[in-house]
Amino acid sequence: MRRGPLLLTFLSGAAIAALFFIPHYKAQAANSMLLEWTLVVYAFALILGSISLWNSHARKVRNRAEGWGFSVVTLVSLLAITALGVWKGVGEGTPVDWIYNTVNSPLASTMFALLAFVIASAAFRAFRARSVEATLLLVTAIVMMIGRVSIGELISHRLPGITEWLLDVPNLAAKRAIAIGVGLGAVSTALKIILGIERSYLGRS
Amino acid sequence: MTLQTWIAAFLTLCVFSFLYKDNPFYRFAEHLFVGAAAGYLLAVQWQNVLIPNVWTPLLHDHKLVVLIPLALGLMMLARAWDKGAGIARWSLAFYVGIYSGVAIPGYMQAQIFAQLADAAKPFAPGWGAVNSALVLVGLLTVLAYFFFSAPHKGVHGAGARVGIYFLMVAFGASFGYTVMARVSLLIARVQFLLRDWLHVLPGP
Amino acid sequence: MTWVRQLLAIDRRIIFLLVGAGAALPLLFPLNLPVAVTPRVRAAYDAIDALPPGSKVLLSMDYEPDIMAELFPMSVAVLRHCFRKHVQVIAMTLYPAGTGLGERAISTAAKAEGAILNRDYAWLGYKSGFQVVMIGIGENLRGMYPVDFYGTPLDSIPVTRHVNSYAQLQMVINLSGSSAADYWIQFAQGRYHAPLVIGCTAVMATDYYPYLSSKQLLGLIGGMKGAAEYERLIDTFGDARRGMDAQSLVHLIVVGLVIVGNAALFISKRSGGDGGGPASGSMTR
Repeated sequence: MRRGPLLLTFLSGAAIAALFFIPHYKAQAANSMLLEWTLVVYAFALILGSISLWNSHARKVRNRAEGWGFSVVTLVSLLAITALGVWKGVGEGTPVDWIYNTVNSPLASTMFALLAFVIASAAFRAFRARSVEATLLLVTAIVMMIGRVSIGELISHRLPGITEWLLDVPNLAAKRAIAIGVGLGAVSTALKIILGIERSYLGRS
Repeated sequence: MTLQTWIAAFLTLCVFSFLYKDNPFYRFAEHLFVGAAAGYLLAVQWQNVLIPNVWTPLLHDHKLVVLIPLALGLMMLARAWDKGAGIARWSLAFYVGIYSGVAIPGYMQAQIFAQLADAAKPFAPGWGAVNSALVLVGLLTVLAYFFFSAPHKGVHGAGARVGIYFLMVAFGASFGYTVMARVSLLIARVQFLLRDWLHVLPGP
Repeated sequence: MTWVRQLLAIDRRIIFLLVGAGAALPLLFPLNLPVAVTPRVRAAYDAIDALPPGSKVLLSMDYEPDIMAELFPMSVAVLRHCFRKHVQVIAMTLYPAGTGLGERAISTAAKAEGAILNRDYAWLGYKSGFQVVMIGIGENLRGMYPVDFYGTPLDSIPVTRHVNSYAQLQMVINLSGSSAADYWIQFAQGRYHAPLVIGCTAVMATDYYPYLSSKQLLGLIGGMKGAAEYERLIDTFGDARRGMDAQSLVHLIVVGLVIVGNAALFISKRSGGDGGGPASGSMTR
């Protein structure tokens, strides 16, 4: 049951990687076609996410699980906005755009604004200089937090220069090593997937 | 002060109420957010992808080849039901294969070759050579730290030790910037509440 | 020492109040602290400023409302700069929930600078797929975007009429809150050699210094501070600049909390306690 999909993975992956190196116009046309197909499949993958969300909350409502009333809110808002968007569009001036600016945008940005409080509380409770490494991390963080904002420039004219050096030298070195490591890992994982060694993405057989 | 501002402010305060403790207002806002975000995503997929890239080419331009990605996409949706997992595997296989294929030259060129080439360039002149040397030492020692196939002993161990210090400086810089990012998100919401809702700040 | 324990066990809601006050008070009572421009933001500004009038740039606004605080002011500032320079902007997004924000950023900047749709800018809207869209633009823009966001064929839009790949663009500007920036570096710059400027959230900014060093990036605008610096460079006073006083105060509060926490640990250890709070742990093997 999985041999066919594994073969398709190999063919699609090898084709798109090989077409990178072939400048012939027919190869590039094939490349473009594969990319346009993938764009459509990706859209359906995102739609699948919304369907799964619907199924999950619909199940809660059906079974009258704890908090099922809130699930009704989710289902109603999902359905209403989808229907309005398909019917009237999503551009400026449409009902969906109004809802986006009234509901989606404020809720999303406020959810993430909570993190400011959480990070301050976590920094107070957990950020301890219990070792040389932790002290180095803590001191660097403090220098960055003060040096990169306006108050740092007033405290000392050297602070901005120090922060710039920290970013341009030790930070650059470490992040470059991480980037190279991530690159090697990504390439090896991609090869394992194309060659059928890594199969977890197909789910249980 | 429009209805839109009042609703946005109410929802903002519903979310902030979580800071006191979990409560029905927060849960309402949370569930509304999830549904609204998913609904908007579906509407945008329909208007911006399915209509111009599937519907119009198929029905107006008669490009029958579009049936292939459409079929693959519909097969992908079968995954939402337990019995459809087998059908959805074909779409997943195509999709995962493509993304794996584009990753290989992409990562090799931009993250491996380009970064190694920049690491191998001659040192900067004058005092800049000290910084260049530090960057090279940092790169090699951090790579030594992440090499777990050999025990961190002797020269390798000493190098890994130095690498940890470079990593701590980098993570400290990242933490400082992370605090900056989170605080910025809060400042924007406070600006909205004070300016757009309560009108106690000067306008834009 | 009981007062140390009491201090360390302080209700977190008091910390929340401190942070909230730190954010609100400077907005109500501005300190007007100066915003100095850092070299990387200056480099991004100079790269865009060097574009001759009539140049075409691709601006990809890849973010959603959760991080609009940092990237929306950045988008408006960059767009205003482009419009002032008479640089034509082809704007797009790779995030479905970024559609509304992208459209709003463009209309805000266009209104401020008198830019006109299709003559000075085009809004292509959203496409799914990240890397495939970036590669697809390099091969055949019209294959990815047959029409713009409003349904107008690209051949009918003066800005996009003669553009079908990166070869016809003078620059790519990506404002992103995610790994989309990495892919723009890999594909737009790495594969198609498009000159690239990145704007990103502060969380990600430190990760892109290697690409600045290797000249894969011409400049980097990081977070709300970067947006404030850019606003200063284009001589406007937007939300980012307004927020800098509050940023400074809250940072001082967080640093103060960290110092107090560690001082309490130190005092507690000296008096034979365990310092309270969870251990940060050793990183050594």
